[in-house]
Amino acid sequence: MTEAGDKVASLVERTRALDTGGAVVAVHFLGATAFFVLGEEALLLAPPDGEPRRVAAHDGGILAAAADRQRVVTAGDDGKVVATDAGGEATTLVTDGKRRWIDRLAIGPDGAIAWSIGKTVFAKAAREEKSTELPSSAGGLAFAPRGFRLAAAHYHGVSLWFPNAKANPERLEWKGSHLDVTFSPDGKFLLTAMQEPTLHGWRLADGKDMRMSGYAVKVRSMGWTVGGKWLATGGSEQLILWPFQGKDGPMGKTPKILAPYEHRAAIVACHPREEIVAVGYEDGLVLLVRIEDGAEILARKPGTAPVTALAWDARGGKIAFGAEDGQAGIIDVG
Amino acid sequence: MSDKIPVTVLTGYLGAGKTTLLNRILSEPHGKKYAVIVNEFGEIGIDNDLVVGADEEVFEMNNGCICCTVRGDLIRIIDGLMRRKGKFDAIIIETTGLADPAPVAQTFFVDDAVGKKTKLDAVVTVADAKWLKERLKDAPEAKNQIAFADVILVNKADLVEPEELGEVERRIRGINPYAKVHKTERCRVPLLEVLGRNAFDLDRILTIEPEFLNGGHDDHHDHHGHEHAHAHDHDHGLKHYHDEEMQSLSLSSEAPLDPDKFFPWVQGLVAEDGPNILRTKGILSFKDDPQRFVFQGVHMILDGDHQRPWGADEKRESRIVFIGRNLDADKIRKGFESCHA
Repeated sequence: MTEAGDKVASLVERTRALDTGGAVVAVHFLGATAFFVLGEEALLLAPPDGEPRRVAAHDGGILAAAADRQRVVTAGDDGKVVATDAGGEATTLVTDGKRRWIDRLAIGPDGAIAWSIGKTVFAKAAREEKSTELPSSAGGLAFAPRGFRLAAAHYHGVSLWFPNAKANPERLEWKGSHLDVTFSPDGKFLLTAMQEPTLHGWRLADGKDMRMSGYAVKVRSMGWTVGGKWLATGGSEQLILWPFQGKDGPMGKTPKILAPYEHRAAIVACHPREEIVAVGYEDGLVLLVRIEDGAEILARKPGTAPVTALAWDARGGKIAFGAEDGQAGIIDVG
Repeated sequence: MSDKIPVTVLTGYLGAGKTTLLNRILSEPHGKKYAVIVNEFGEIGIDNDLVVGADEEVFEMNNGCICCTVRGDLIRIIDGLMRRKGKFDAIIIETTGLADPAPVAQTFFVDDAVGKKTKLDAVVTVADAKWLKERLKDAPEAKNQIAFADVILVNKADLVEPEELGEVERRIRGINPYAKVHKTERCRVPLLEVLGRNAFDLDRILTIEPEFLNGGHDDHHDHHGHEHAHAHDHDHGLKHYHDEEMQSLSLSSEAPLDPDKFFPWVQGLVAEDGPNILRTKGILSFKDDPQRFVFQGVHMILDGDHQRPWGADEKRESRIVFIGRNLDADKIRKGFESCHA
């Protein structure tokens, strides 16, 4: 998997290991502090100097998380959406009166947030809250990179919704159940991960369909490399990168395949400034992969559980990872 | 892996007593904690910490098979529940009276994430002793639920005469001779008969015999076994009910099978007739293979593996069972015979 012999470049010695005490479902950096989102009730904040501390956020399971530079937003089975700021202050943004599960969440430009309860999607920019009904439960939510526009994936397609407009959401159709959804950073393409082991995409200018298949299982992690040149994905025993440099995106092209391994890539996280992808595998291994030449650096040795959370800080100097068994760490990349 | 959370699916036509059974499971002093997935959240009183409402979203898979459907809502809910792993020992899914159990069952075999964390334990169907016969005539859902079941509770047994109860049971046997049947009042049944059944566990497929042959009819065991189409009721003098639409078909062979013939045949069969074949089970003896091969299937999804070596005294007989709608017995039998090595 790496260069032969024992001269494997490694960052293992530069890792600060943590035991979060519970499954890690997401991780984000606010400044230099890593925010580990746990499967239940709380976040674990790990500042660069000082002991980690728990911040209570939910009364139950945490089902979704998203972040911008100011806050980490979480949604739970307690029917709440909670924002935790850089200082560790948790504020409840939304409370569902019937305590229904809120299990999809997105954070947009200018601090907008969106969340869903089954088929109902809510969006809130400044103060005003809007909602719309989907034909089936939301599989994923994503804001467009510019403007107050939301994509909601569901069965048989995606709804594109301008929450401030009166018009009904525009529908992009493709047969099957669509889960995670993401806009390309230039806003020209929209991609979904499907229940089948495949991605689907649309070129928004003309609605042209793109099918990206060949995965082992359904894709549960997608990320854009700096400038949106590649879409990095898990779901296979390799890192799969789809090219988005040209105006046709990956249409008629084959993906770049790097970092083959005996276990599947569970999660990917792209370096914010360079064409490097961190890949977390199902056995706990974390590799850093340079796209240009496929060079690999060992960031974490295999553990006992899949990697379930992975994030870079804004500079690309640190990586935080978390696993299903609560083992986590912060790696100083330099 | 043994740390997978077992999942029990409760089905049954409207009013048969699913909620009674569910409340019985939750209230008995077993020391276990359950996460419960119900339909129509909040309409019925269920006293449990972890109750989730499901909206029964059935999704077709784009894999060229119209019968391959999953419950999208269950995939999301189970993913969410697993965040709270450690807070419960098992999951119970209560479906609506009109629900088809197949998409629920298929979810556990089709979705990789669900299959890794949980395992389907059994489909338990509650039937109304008084009304089942009527429902079998006018409600295809009720027939599906009987055909699909691993365990059937003939509930409200106290409300019908013994003869009528016997007839209800024979009707059930005419459709599904392999399920374990219990006659109950207010779903009163030892919970071990309902939970922890491992009905989809390949390691638990020990024998495939119609249930009524396993209890008190030992005289039929020895000479039962050559190929015969339907699992007839051997109670002498009693009527045998044959459902016009839904049947079971049991085939066996003492001649070893050729795996290179058998697998293409069975895969072709379920690919073509999958919508009509609800459940399949098999124990197979392959030529020059010291191991028993076991498999089970739901519509076109088959799951099989080598189980253990055949015992020295064990009769090396292959047996395969189908439960389905309008099965073409001659075609299936000929196909099976063509798999001899």
